[in-house]
Amino acid sequence: MSVVTGLRPKSPAERLLATNSWLVFAFFYAPIVVLVVFSFNANENVGIWTEPSLRWYREVFRDEAVMGALRNSLIVAAISTTVATILGTMAALALERFRFRGQRVYDGLLYLPIIIPEVTMAVMLLLFFAQGFQWLDGAIGWSPTFGIGTISLSHIAFNISFVTVVVRARLGQLDPRLEEAAADLYATRWQAFRGITLPLILPGVAGGALLALTLSLDDVVITNFVAGPGSTTLPVYVFGLVRRGVTPLINAVSVIMLAASMVLVAVSFGFQRGSRGRVPESMAEDG
Amino acid sequence: MGPGGVDGRGAVSEPGGAAAARSELEDAARRAEARRGFLIALPAWFYLTLFFVIPLGIVAVYSFATRSSTGRTVLSDWNFDSYRRLWDSLVVEIALRTLLLALATTLICLMFAYPLAYYMATRRPALRNVLLILVMIPFWSNFLVRTYAWKVLLGSDGPVSQLSQALGGEPIRLLFTNTAVIIGLVYGFLPFMVLPLYTALERMDWSLVEAARDLYADGWTAFRKVTWPLSIPGVVAGSILVFIPTLGAYVTPAILGGAKTTLAGDYIVSQFLAARNQPFGSALSMGMMLIMLAATIVYFRWFRPSGRDL
Amino acid sequence: MAAAVALQGVSKAFGDVYAVRELDLAIRDGEFFSLLGPSGCGKTTTLRMIAGFEFPTEGSLQIHGVEMALQPPNERPVNTVFQSYALFPHMTVEENVGFGLRMKKVGGTEIAERVKRALDMVRLSHRATAAPKQLSGGQQQRVALARALVNEPEVLLLDEPLGALDLKLRQAMQTELKDLQARVGITFVYVTHDQGEALTMSDRIGVMHEGRLLQVGTPQEIYERPTSRFVAGFIGEINLLPATVIDHDSVRLAGGRLVAAATGVAPGSEVTVALRPERLELYGVNEVIPTNLNTVRGRVTRRVYFGDVFFYDIDTTDGVIEVKEENRPGVDLHEIGEEAVVAWDPAASTVVER
Repeated sequence: MSVVTGLRPKSPAERLLATNSWLVFAFFYAPIVVLVVFSFNANENVGIWTEPSLRWYREVFRDEAVMGALRNSLIVAAISTTVATILGTMAALALERFRFRGQRVYDGLLYLPIIIPEVTMAVMLLLFFAQGFQWLDGAIGWSPTFGIGTISLSHIAFNISFVTVVVRARLGQLDPRLEEAAADLYATRWQAFRGITLPLILPGVAGGALLALTLSLDDVVITNFVAGPGSTTLPVYVFGLVRRGVTPLINAVSVIMLAASMVLVAVSFGFQRGSRGRVPESMAEDG
Repeated sequence: MGPGGVDGRGAVSEPGGAAAARSELEDAARRAEARRGFLIALPAWFYLTLFFVIPLGIVAVYSFATRSSTGRTVLSDWNFDSYRRLWDSLVVEIALRTLLLALATTLICLMFAYPLAYYMATRRPALRNVLLILVMIPFWSNFLVRTYAWKVLLGSDGPVSQLSQALGGEPIRLLFTNTAVIIGLVYGFLPFMVLPLYTALERMDWSLVEAARDLYADGWTAFRKVTWPLSIPGVVAGSILVFIPTLGAYVTPAILGGAKTTLAGDYIVSQFLAARNQPFGSALSMGMMLIMLAATIVYFRWFRPSGRDL
Repeated sequence: MAAAVALQGVSKAFGDVYAVRELDLAIRDGEFFSLLGPSGCGKTTTLRMIAGFEFPTEGSLQIHGVEMALQPPNERPVNTVFQSYALFPHMTVEENVGFGLRMKKVGGTEIAERVKRALDMVRLSHRATAAPKQLSGGQQQRVALARALVNEPEVLLLDEPLGALDLKLRQAMQTELKDLQARVGITFVYVTHDQGEALTMSDRIGVMHEGRLLQVGTPQEIYERPTSRFVAGFIGEINLLPATVIDHDSVRLAGGRLVAAATGVAPGSEVTVALRPERLELYGVNEVIPTNLNTVRGRVTRRVYFGDVFFYDIDTTDGVIEVKEENRPGVDLHEIGEEAVVAWDPAASTVVER
């Protein structure tokens, strides 16, 4: 496709556009580059460069608090991504492929956790768990505590919505005739879902899962509210350190977290590429 | 040609006896289908009711409760005191500051994102994809870490300050100021502005611009009369995606802001973790939520986004 | 022998809107039947009810004598060729074609054999392992056909299957489809809005309009003996002249001219006389005209040259009449502005409602 900008090449406006773009990209990446460079600084003092070293990375892996928080993060991410992906995909299917009572309310309800401010959601869940635990204790003498369980339950609550949105977008692009064609060719509802719908929305489901994973691994605000003593996640632990100041150890942890994000981006692009299907080899009519 | 394509003249046929029975069968088939849909929807419905609707209800209830002198919440003596406190000058000041900061962030993002998105959308497809990935990377990267990077950069012995001193200037003290918070917010949310703008511009039918040029519009007029109006949905979507989360921002001001730059998110958190005034914190949360819901509803009513992406 | 498809009193409502109303139709075994009508006329809804994608609100739907109105699609002995082809993008051509047989739990070797035969039939064996996206539109169309036919359905349903193809390919596929139908002997139910397609391919045509089936008949019957103004106007070029019935074999045109026409309705009824342009002849004012012909006099206002034919517009007191004259050697040309007489055999006209 040819692109017409309505601007002659190398006009002043065009040059201005290009300059702006490269400035924005510099703005995007300069802090990251600085952070990465400083994470290899041997000096105790962040601001003073002495020599390149892996010292702080070794420290990270020796730091028990960081490792414990990382372990918690991974557990929470695994649980919340799995549950949210299943529930969110089911919700998307129900919304896109069925008509049922209360559908509009359901639709709205699913958008709420996305729209609602994180802080509000954090407050809601904190009060809910506190009140609920108090009530459980009084009712059946069981008093659970804040910890990995409450964090996971909270992460699922916001992740369902994000998975639903992503899977719905994919389902919306899927020609409903394909499912009819499967039924026409003797497939039962379940066979049509397993054989046609699921494989075709899989990139969307994977995309939703990746988004859920990222959100779970990134969340600070909500986790901060529903974490218990000794059960904080890596971002919450790092957040606590960051508020106190800048240290070379945080630099190293941050770069590791960034690297993890990059891997996720790469994986997500891989999925998107795979979903686009094979490139047509020949469009020639030979019959 | 589906049901929508039918030109309806209203019902004419009167269902006879056998036909009525058949109609009930069709209804039964439809009901079975609806039941199936409902069952598939049920798990998420149940989950969100338990872990979202009920918690929301609890916050609403708490906002009418009383705080005892020891900081406990007393679930009796229901009153509007917490809501009345929302008009305290301190609260109003924080709300206005938050609003201003969110507006400023949104406008700055729009100023830089629009030309960038335009530039991206008018490149060759190959280059376009590379640029898109370059925007996606910060979009997907850990928000906390990206904010932290600015703390490193802007610190009193950070690179920005050192650079300024090396050039013979004063040490720059940006950290813990409103400027630092805005920089952090713009940095954090800029990709949210670029992506919908890019989507809108990339999808646009550029032959419309050619048509405008053909009809004697110069480049600037063609942009003003064709490109800009057609990209409005992207502008609105991007603005909402930046404005709403910045209103509730907590992490950025907590890291880059100072004591004098308390924002709404920060203030709410402090009601729970420091001041231990749950009713007031609940009322604040409700207020913030209502503002955002209103903004979102206005957005959906007025602009009715056609695509579901983002 | 029961009809291949029999619909009785079938109506389909979407909410308050009726897409199909009180449809009675029997499609014979082995025939090529077309449902023809403008978009929104209910033809696709009818096809989708036969396929099982929609359930009728009222009425009975039988396939070879078995009641099927509320049977789900996978339990019906019919297969569909979709307008968009609906080929499964994540399967190869042969996986697509074998899908129905796999669902029916046919044995592996038999599936391979039948898939091969079906692909041979549509001349696509060499693309068996290709992905649908790699095929041209015409090839995808043939895969969709093979995917349906391989199951040896009792009835094949085709929903505007040629709509997405360009003109040349569409014409080639028309012939191919017709030949294929003759070879496999399966009943075809073909939905189209293209009257040319329906006329050339079908054994019989059902014309639908606003949810109702207006007329069923062979292409000749539909073209030459339309029973309603809509059918007359929808198919082919036609002149529609308002008239009043005088008696069983004459009517008075709006301009006052009395002409012969078989009416079959009560004197005084307001009707329309339908005249095909190619059934009309054009005479000079001084020529001798056989007395058994109806005549209307007027002035030539337009002449368009089509190579093989000329089209004339004749402005008469009864309205503008279009005349189609073959470009034969020795034919008299009529110039614009000339007076001329339009003449026709009373048997060539059809009287339909106003």
